[in-house]
Amino acid sequence: MRILEKEVLIENKDARITRLDIESPLIAAKARAGQFVVLMAKAEGERIPLTVVGVDKARGSITLIFQELGFTTKLLGTLKEGDELFSLVGPLGHATEIKNYGKVILVGGGVGIAEIYPVAKALKSAGNHVTSILGARSKDLLILESELKAVSDQLHITTDDGSYGRKGFVIDALKRLLLAKTSLRATEGSEAISKQEIASSLASLGTRNDRYDLVYAVGPIPMMKAVSNMTKEFNVKTVVSLNALMVDGTGMCGCCRVTVGGKVKFSCIDGPEFDGHVVDWEELNKRSKIYCKQEGHICKLGLSWKKHP
Amino acid sequence: MEKAPIKPQEKEASVRINGFDEVVSCYRQEEALKEAERCIQCKNPTCIEGCPVGIDIKKFIFQIAEKDYKGAYFTIKEKNNFPSICGRVCPAEYQCRKTCVFTKKGAAFASEKAINIHFLERFVGDWGMKNDSGHMTQDTRHMIRGKKVAVVGSGPAGLCFAGELARKGIKVVIFEALHKTGGVLRYGIPPFRLPSDVLDFEINYLKELGVEIIPSFIVGKMKTLDELFKDGFSAVFLGLGAGTPSFMNIPGENLCNIYSANEFLTRANLMSAYKFPEYHTPINIGKNVVVIGGGNTAMDAARAALRIQKIKKLVPSVSIFYRRTQDEMPARRLEIEHAREEGINFRFLVQPVEFAGNKDGYVEKIKCLRCELGEPDSSGRRRPVPIKESEFNTTCDLAIVAVGLKANRLLTKEVPGLKVDKWGDIIVNKETMETSLKNVYAGGDIVGGEGTVIEAMGMAKKAAQALISRFSSR
Repeated sequence: MRILEKEVLIENKDARITRLDIESPLIAAKARAGQFVVLMAKAEGERIPLTVVGVDKARGSITLIFQELGFTTKLLGTLKEGDELFSLVGPLGHATEIKNYGKVILVGGGVGIAEIYPVAKALKSAGNHVTSILGARSKDLLILESELKAVSDQLHITTDDGSYGRKGFVIDALKRLLLAKTSLRATEGSEAISKQEIASSLASLGTRNDRYDLVYAVGPIPMMKAVSNMTKEFNVKTVVSLNALMVDGTGMCGCCRVTVGGKVKFSCIDGPEFDGHVVDWEELNKRSKIYCKQEGHICKLGLSWKKHP
Repeated sequence: MEKAPIKPQEKEASVRINGFDEVVSCYRQEEALKEAERCIQCKNPTCIEGCPVGIDIKKFIFQIAEKDYKGAYFTIKEKNNFPSICGRVCPAEYQCRKTCVFTKKGAAFASEKAINIHFLERFVGDWGMKNDSGHMTQDTRHMIRGKKVAVVGSGPAGLCFAGELARKGIKVVIFEALHKTGGVLRYGIPPFRLPSDVLDFEINYLKELGVEIIPSFIVGKMKTLDELFKDGFSAVFLGLGAGTPSFMNIPGENLCNIYSANEFLTRANLMSAYKFPEYHTPINIGKNVVVIGGGNTAMDAARAALRIQKIKKLVPSVSIFYRRTQDEMPARRLEIEHAREEGINFRFLVQPVEFAGNKDGYVEKIKCLRCELGEPDSSGRRRPVPIKESEFNTTCDLAIVAVGLKANRLLTKEVPGLKVDKWGDIIVNKETMETSLKNVYAGGDIVGGEGTVIEAMGMAKKAAQALISRFSSR
């Protein structure tokens, strides 16, 4: 549970994204793409889930990448190389089903890019044609570009402010790809796709080679929701990895429950990946905000705590 | 002349609801002596039959009366390694006190007059703690050397199993998934019923016996059972617990501020969320809390919620909704009494059918049906029958669902060949507690569904005895 290496990937006024390599030979030996760990930074800390971004079996370590959003990730960000986590368990959740699907699109938004990386890597080595779409607010918030480039046949980058790649959102890039094989082209900047566009797009998809077989998306809830809504129209199987709130991460508490296809599932043991087309996004979004108030309170205190340790 | 039963001292309800401190005090010496003297030392004591681990109750009560507390301590320890835990949490009115000669035959639970065996057991256990008699002289004549056994889960079953083996000189390693030991004793039972230091003392006793405990270790994920055997463990005991909370499967159950009792209690007890922000785990509380269920977990959740309301300077308002009546409640009578004293409101014969929320997705209301009692069901309790068109709504801004637990399949589904029943409980040989896999034993809630702490210990003990005799016969 010792931090072997720490690298601040992004640091500016808007965000701080950090990579930690943590010693854990047992988790490193078992973790597969798509799985997560639950950790506690300190004895009095919260238990939080984080996706395993990479493993180094030889060194016996796992890589975690996180953005400092709430109190606990901020606290985690204060730890230094050589520090020990109070607790670390995993690998939890189901691993991604890795096989040759054919043509796949991976969509990563913000720090979600870190989470699609191990999946992209595994899908690529399973023989898939991999297209990755990375989205960030601006160029200086984009992570893992070269890593993703190395495991993708095609790479598309979008930034909200247009400082890098194409200006816009991942959803725009996705739409272009899904429509690309048709005579129609997406109207730049248009939010909705007309029924006609889709109908002609689908009609023109003659052979299997003409279409994408899987979309895999990780990012903020609104992004995953938008991706899933779009791919549903195009009838492309879509897997999302949910970031529900958790406590134990082993199915014991039900904090992470989510409605999928009308059934209640626990993200920790039934997921974290689900069919994006049948996730109740509105419920997930509301549940993800349950502790916003407390989070604001402890974060305020946290700043003073940093000044007077 | 008949002597009145002695009640131990308790903290005033108005005082105790301000925090999570223990409610019931230990008998003082004179109280214990008086209560012990009420025992008529039956020629054929029936109380012992009611104890899942067969403590020689008659003997230890006699020893108390003789002021031989050390003797009493060892009498209990012979059968039960955790008197201070069991003395606090055993539902004695359904066990030893129910079979006490002072209880009327056929009664649903013990009469008031039945000897307060659990309070006496606690007196003895706490005496042992105070006098540091934890380390019992070991009978070194029949030690089994050179064996190493793995225990999965540090709840009541795992702890008991480990203790039994360690006393025989067998090396035991307990693997616990959470970051603290004790299982349900830690995350489920609040400190006002079972203080952490008591649990720590009893667990430390195991460490003194040489038991190694590894927290934050998930068997099945970090190592498979096969790998444990390859690492040199001769046998494995699975004390996984019941693990996964059940919900009612009614509309609106995933609204914000609807908790499973497991989650609410885990946040409060294991993560000390009631001390937020000193501890970083948050917990929400409402102005009108409704707890659904009639077991000990429901009582614990309700009482914890009430305390958190007090801590957050709210006017306490917690109701327990149960679909039968008080008589059918599976909770310990003492917990029901304590909950009432603390101002928890009970609403019987009501069954929630739907939750409604506000625009932000937080629960606002519960819709319920009134019930009446029908014919007895398989549990022998009268079945609640909803009355048509008896719907009513209740305001509720936080609900806690305490309607039971199911087997957690996190580990069992990772073990090829391990047979489970349709509920996911592990199937064992009832005599030995051995599973469908050789040298893999199981006990506690993962075998018996939802049982009591002492029932889990009873199963663990049986498994330990079977394994010890297997080792001895080689």
